[in-house]
Amino acid sequence: MAAVLASSGASRTARLLRGVLIPLAVVVIWQIVTGLEWINPIILPSPVAVVTKWWQYLKPTVTMADGLGAWLHSSELLTDAANSLYRVVMGFLVGTVIALPLGLLMGTSTRVYGLFNPLVQVVRPIPPIAYIPLAILWFGLGNPPAFFLIALGAFFPVLMNTIAGVRHVDGIYLRAARNLGASQFTIFRRVIMPAATPYILSGIRIGIGTAFIVVIVAEMIAVNNGLGYRILEAREYMWSDKIIAGMLTIGLLGLVIDLGMDRLNNHLLKWHRGLETK
Amino acid sequence: MLIEIDNVNKQFAVPGGTVDALKDIDLNIGAGEFVCLLGPSGCGKSTLLNALAGFVQPSSGAIRIDGRADAAAEPGPDRGMVFQEYALFPWMTVAQNIAFGLEIKGMKRAEINERVDLLLGKLNLREFRERFPRDLSGGMRQRVAIARVLALDSPIMLMDEPFGALDALTRRTLQDELLRIWEEFKKTIIFVTHSIEESIYLADRVVVMTYRPGTVKRDVVIELPRPRDTAGSEFNELKKELAQMVMEEQMRFAQSEIRGVTAD
Repeated sequence: MAAVLASSGASRTARLLRGVLIPLAVVVIWQIVTGLEWINPIILPSPVAVVTKWWQYLKPTVTMADGLGAWLHSSELLTDAANSLYRVVMGFLVGTVIALPLGLLMGTSTRVYGLFNPLVQVVRPIPPIAYIPLAILWFGLGNPPAFFLIALGAFFPVLMNTIAGVRHVDGIYLRAARNLGASQFTIFRRVIMPAATPYILSGIRIGIGTAFIVVIVAEMIAVNNGLGYRILEAREYMWSDKIIAGMLTIGLLGLVIDLGMDRLNNHLLKWHRGLETK
Repeated sequence: MLIEIDNVNKQFAVPGGTVDALKDIDLNIGAGEFVCLLGPSGCGKSTLLNALAGFVQPSSGAIRIDGRADAAAEPGPDRGMVFQEYALFPWMTVAQNIAFGLEIKGMKRAEINERVDLLLGKLNLREFRERFPRDLSGGMRQRVAIARVLALDSPIMLMDEPFGALDALTRRTLQDELLRIWEEFKKTIIFVTHSIEESIYLADRVVVMTYRPGTVKRDVVIELPRPRDTAGSEFNELKKELAQMVMEEQMRFAQSEIRGVTAD
């Protein structure tokens, strides 16, 4: 099926064209509507204005002669993106480092599950955003409250999926492993862990997505750089074009992270994908 | 190597009472014997196999292997099991699946590779060495499962309806391969099936079991020389005889199903 589609170049081009049709139409209509000044540019700036602003936002203010580090750092957009990404990674790591072992324990031991599950069920529905006042009280301003909120956002998806992954390991694999002489530890490491990996990875993917949402909100409150902060700052000056440029940057960054996760998934789960991988 | 099943009973708790899955099972299986356990669903043949494997413990009675009373207290690689659902680890390649038990034993890498290659050859799996189970047909997967157990060099092979999910042609091919392996590696095989023809084709002895409580109805020695002709008159005589016995138990099974339905 895939081979048939790939071999006929014409249909591939057609699919590509179909894919850009709607986005292109949206941009064209947007440009016409704003270009004819039917809408106040503060309410909705034109695509050209957004791209221009985006470029200004991205463009380094010093030359390469000052060194690559300084050159990259002088780009406001790159600095913001790096700051946001740093917070996502740190917060996500903190959340996952706690959620993963706890999830594995809760999945394997009914006793641990019984101990922790009531608390998890009560706390889980509280959105991380609701912790903002407490986060500032506890951690002050700057990165720490942001890490905390992001960690919280990543924690539950990873935890819940890890528990589900461990619990859904087919009993037949456990029986086969015991029959082949595997110890409890070997079974955990070589049977339960890999069998649960698809669940855990999808938990991680959801966790990163949540972390990305939370970082933007956290930056609107506790810090003075990053993409979330920049959007809010632009609002103060009514720079709608910069707001949209920031939003698009967030979208692109999210897309890149998700594609990266997809790559990682495919690499780790070669065995799990269907026959179409051949 | 002698397996002694001595007055084994097994009760399972069910809503509103207990079920006698196994009742007073007495059975001796000699070294190198190929024994089929035959009977309808619910006759306890899989329970007996699981007791031998160490997955369930008898409620009373003993299973001794070479006189050791605790031989089946735990699952172990001396009693390799082949499951109907293959039970291959999907995240491991064919070679990794076969090597798994050897790695647990702590065998050296070079030795493991040598043994894996030998078994891949014996079971015509060489070109599938680096494939994942997903890429294989049912027959191929069961070959890998057999190789995985053979790798352990266990004297006893337990097989739980291993060919039940395969089409007729693949099934016959694998039956012939199993007989070849049995003769070459001198295994003791205990093979659960509900196919009368399969049991006569393979076994030295067919143990017919009754539906609840699971007891030994008849222990039939098959003396036909191998390879056996499934169309021969003697084969068909045996088939008729065994079919008669199995049908009686099947009827009891069906009646209990009807009773179960009306009782609801």
